[in-house]
Amino acid sequence: MLKISHVSKTFNKGTVNEKKALNDLNLTIEDGDFITVIGGNGAGKSTLLNLIAGVYPPDCGHIVLNQREIALLPEHKRAKFIGRVFQDPLMGTAADMEIAENLSFAARRGQRRTLKWGSTKQEHEKFKKQLAELGLGLEDRLTSKVGLLSGGQRQALTLLMASLQKPELLLLDEHTAALDPLTAKIVLDLTQKIVEADHLTTVMITHNMNDAIRMGNRLIMLYNGKIIYDVRGAAKKALTVEDLHKKFTEAAGTEFSDDRAVLI
Amino acid sequence: MALLFSLEGAIGQGILWGIMALGVYITFRLLDFADLTVDGSFATGAAVSAALIMMGVNPYVTVFVALLSGFAAGAVTGFFNTVCKIPPILAGILSQIGLYSINLMIMGKSNIPLLNSGTMFSNLTDVLPNLGWITPNYLSVICIGVLFVILVIALSYWFFGTELGASIRATGNNANMVRANGVSTNMTTMVALMLSNGLIAMSGALVCQQQGYADVKMGIGAIVMALASIVIGETIFGRKGGYLRRLISIVVGSILYRIIVSVVLQLGLNPDNLKLFTALLVAIALSIPVLLEHSSQKSAYKKLTEAVESVEEKF
Repeated sequence: MLKISHVSKTFNKGTVNEKKALNDLNLTIEDGDFITVIGGNGAGKSTLLNLIAGVYPPDCGHIVLNQREIALLPEHKRAKFIGRVFQDPLMGTAADMEIAENLSFAARRGQRRTLKWGSTKQEHEKFKKQLAELGLGLEDRLTSKVGLLSGGQRQALTLLMASLQKPELLLLDEHTAALDPLTAKIVLDLTQKIVEADHLTTVMITHNMNDAIRMGNRLIMLYNGKIIYDVRGAAKKALTVEDLHKKFTEAAGTEFSDDRAVLI
Repeated sequence: MALLFSLEGAIGQGILWGIMALGVYITFRLLDFADLTVDGSFATGAAVSAALIMMGVNPYVTVFVALLSGFAAGAVTGFFNTVCKIPPILAGILSQIGLYSINLMIMGKSNIPLLNSGTMFSNLTDVLPNLGWITPNYLSVICIGVLFVILVIALSYWFFGTELGASIRATGNNANMVRANGVSTNMTTMVALMLSNGLIAMSGALVCQQQGYADVKMGIGAIVMALASIVIGETIFGRKGGYLRRLISIVVGSILYRIIVSVVLQLGLNPDNLKLFTALLVAIALSIPVLLEHSSQKSAYKKLTEAVESVEEKF
């Protein structure tokens, strides 16, 4: 269970570029939840994921993962519990290293790096089977450099890497946004498969409202650093894209009139 | 004949300086960190070795202590970068400048001659036979140099295949991914800088014993010579291929660099202009692949476009 309470984050504090990215946010993620997160640009979606992952610390508030306070824990120490896939397909893998080396590196997530051999023969056999399940033909290319793969292949590989060591929480930051529609679908199906197989607690940001409704058991909408909509179960399944659009306009509308009130 | 002799000398020099280039390779290519500590830590190794030899310490032991002094020098740059968050180039320059004074402190003066003290090389020269085609002097340099280079390449090959070594390589590729997989990039940066400068200082100790003196200025321009060795090796062997091949190509590059230098000096280049020559050599070696790529792209475009147009005209 991940419990986020009273978390705020402001960038460029005290300058003209000051940006309140998250504003006293509270969120409890139950074990086994698969949450899709939607919201406009600058709503705070990525900030939320980055705060959970520890890319930067929150200004205030608690982030508690399975009874452990992690709000100020360095990024690499949290990685022991958290698997991540990024928006940029280049960000999750090391291009100059072989596919097998990348997988071995991820298979040791959260472990001390010793002077033992970095990538062993036994592992390679296991990787071959796991890569075959992706259905992208990567199982025969264990010694190819990752830099030779396409964006979709790299994203699928990153997804596999993130789940090699079963994480307590899987964070997907718009991980199909940079892919063409067909590849995006393959990676999303793969996501569904991996999440279901390992019963992973997952948070997925997406700009695709259909995906947001179709996938997962819970949907939250962010606006101006706050959660303005949180729906789960049957109510979520019954949502339509129109409903979400309406929610968006409603939120934007109230904000607009607030601003006008201030101006007058 | 003079040229041949200078070649024998160049090979030995190239091997000893090649160890420095192997050290620079760790930061320059693997970690992707432009570390300028080199010029300081190379002289530190020499200073430590020379000062200890003057105190009567075994010359081989002094090389080991020089290695440790290089670790320390690298750790200082690592501290500046990882803890103080000073950018890589500036962190290296700060260490380099600071080391200049520290090297003077270690030596007590700006130059320590070792002509009357036994070094690894002079000790070996005394027991080697004269083969005729090579003097014992040059032979000793090559013997000891090859021994150290094999040791360094073997250890380096092993280390960068381990979990820790792979973490360093991954850091040079994608620091983000390294942290996301639970490894501190501060730690990997620190370890890589220490190892790199350790090898550089070790090379400094070897070169100082071979030339028979340590000088506080002997590290100036070392980074450029290392880059020359790396890019010459890459130009000849290519940047592809296994890791072992890359390591060997650097030492070969270092030897070739020394041969080129000795040839141009024989041809009458003023030694004062040597650094300018080296800088130009590195600049040319770095730009040739880019220019070749550009021109081949252009000619391929011309050819393909003409082919397409000629097809069009037929219809």
